[in-house]
Order: sequence, then structure tokens, then C-alpha cells
Amino acid sequence: MTAIVNVFLKEGVLDPQGKAAHHALDSLGFEGVKDVRIGKQIVIELDTDDRSKAEAEVKEMCETLLANTVIEDYTIEIH
Amino acid sequence: MQKSLKVAVLRFPGTNCEFDTQYAFEKLGHETVLVWHENKSLPEDIDLVVVPGGFSYGDYLRSGAIARFSPVMEAVKAYAGQGGNVLGICNGFQILTEAGLLPGALKRNNNLHFISKHQTLKVVNNDNAFLNRCEKDEVLNIPIAHADGNYYIDDEGLAELEANGQVLLRYCDAEGNPVVVNGSVTSIAGVCNAKKNVFGLMPHPERALEAILGSEDGVKMLKGFEA
Repeated sequence: MTAIVNVFLKEGVLDPQGKAAHHALDSLGFEGVKDVRIGKQIVIELDTDDRSKAEAEVKEMCETLLANTVIEDYTIEIH
Repeated sequence: MQKSLKVAVLRFPGTNCEFDTQYAFEKLGHETVLVWHENKSLPEDIDLVVVPGGFSYGDYLRSGAIARFSPVMEAVKAYAGQGGNVLGICNGFQILTEAGLLPGALKRNNNLHFISKHQTLKVVNNDNAFLNRCEKDEVLNIPIAHADGNYYIDDEGLAELEANGQVLLRYCDAEGNPVVVNGSVTSIAGVCNAKKNVFGLMPHPERALEAILGSEDGVKMLKGFEA
């Protein structure tokens, strides 16, 4: 199975990279951009077919290493 | 005569301030020993552990995120748990927050730049093993050099830091007024834990030991551990 982990700064924690990209898009003339947030995508190939086991394992990976939960939230998709 | 200290200086792949840190403590008359990150234990009879600056593991994933799982960090946690003094400078500060030994986290600087310059800092609290030789509200001149020094802590955490006197230093102007350098919450440049034996700061006191090089204010900071 493949796990796709998306890590973003929490709501309310200023994302300086997103802000800079937003500013750049404005400067380039793209109109109607309300917000830009930049995060990380981590793709993990897992040697299992057990979806719930995979989810539990990836959640633990996120809590332990992949996200710093002081400042970041994460989402997990399993395919 | 002042007892000389035995200082353990950690070294991870990518650390680059370990020799400056050794030079600093040896200049002050102390003994230093480099400790490779794969060591499962710290040398005996040490008085201080320093986690020096650099780019451990290339800052991959997040600064300090991978170094915190090095074998030596278990020994550092045990040492801190027994009340031993631990000082994290720059990347060392990032590693200690990632390890949960210090509260908060360090984000990318607000302006996204690597900032390298001399910076004035205000001493916020000096009733601790680190800054006891500095005056409260004293303005120090210490170099900074970081891309991820933007200290974040939530409002509740900040209130706790304030109430316990855990804010060590704030970025300020020459008169001591807080200034925005990297976006840190309330301009925080350094904090300690609630027990006041684990210290972390982004500025580099080990680079401020000789007036001819711009400042010797680092001396009185590092000498604090002699008390």
C-alpha cells in the first residue's frame, strides 16, 4: 500500500513561505488568490495490504517524526 | 580558585560549531570532550552538555528532527532528567525543542532569509545557571546565523514561560526595546525549561569572546555555568 502524508503548518501559525508565494502570485497579476499555504508531501510505500494496520502505523510515524505537532498538522491518505 | 568544568560537546553529522564551542570553553579554562552522536552514554563526571550549532542531518525534514533520535540524545535526556545542565546553541536549540526537552518550536524565519549578523539581545531573566553573570535588562551583542530561528509557542505556553521566568533573551535594539528579527513570538531568542537546567538560544555566544572580533559578551554568558 502507499501512504500519502501531507504536513502543513497549523491554522493560525504564520506560514512565511505561503505568504511569499501569495505575494509573488499577486505581483504576477493572478487575481483572486485568497490564501496560499505551502506544506510537504511524504509518500511512503508500505509492505502490507492491511489498511487499518497501515493507517495506525503511519499515524505513529507522523506523531513520532514526520510532523512536529507543536506547529504542524498532518493528513494521511492510504491507497 | 574556580573549579574547571568538564564540558561534553555533542557532534552529529553536519554539526559545524563544535570546535568553536570547544575553543570557547577551553579559553575560559575548562576541559572539553567531543561526543559522537552514536555514543549511547555521556562521559562520566561532566558538568555540562552543549549541543552546538550547525546543520545536523542537513536540516532534512525539519531542523533537528532527525538528530533528536540519535543514540546520544537518550543519554542527554537522562542527564537532564537528573538535573544536569544542558545548553543548546542554534541548531542545538532546534534539536532540544524537537526532543521535547524545551518547549515550543523553531520555524523558518519570517523573511525566509538566512540571517547572519551581530544582534543586540536583552537579558529577560538571569536567575538561572546560564545567565547569572548578566544583569536583568542588560543589552548584549551576540552574533546570530540561522534560517530557522522563528520561535513559536502557543498563547498558553507563552503565558507559562512568562510566569515561570523561562524566557531568557529577546532580540532588541541598542536601547533594549524588542525588535522583530526573524518573526519569533514576542521576539524570543532563548528559553529554558521549567526546572531551569536545559537552556536553548539561537544566538552564538561562542562566537563573541574577543572584543577585536566585535564583542566579548559571550564570555559572561558561558561563564555562568561556573557558578
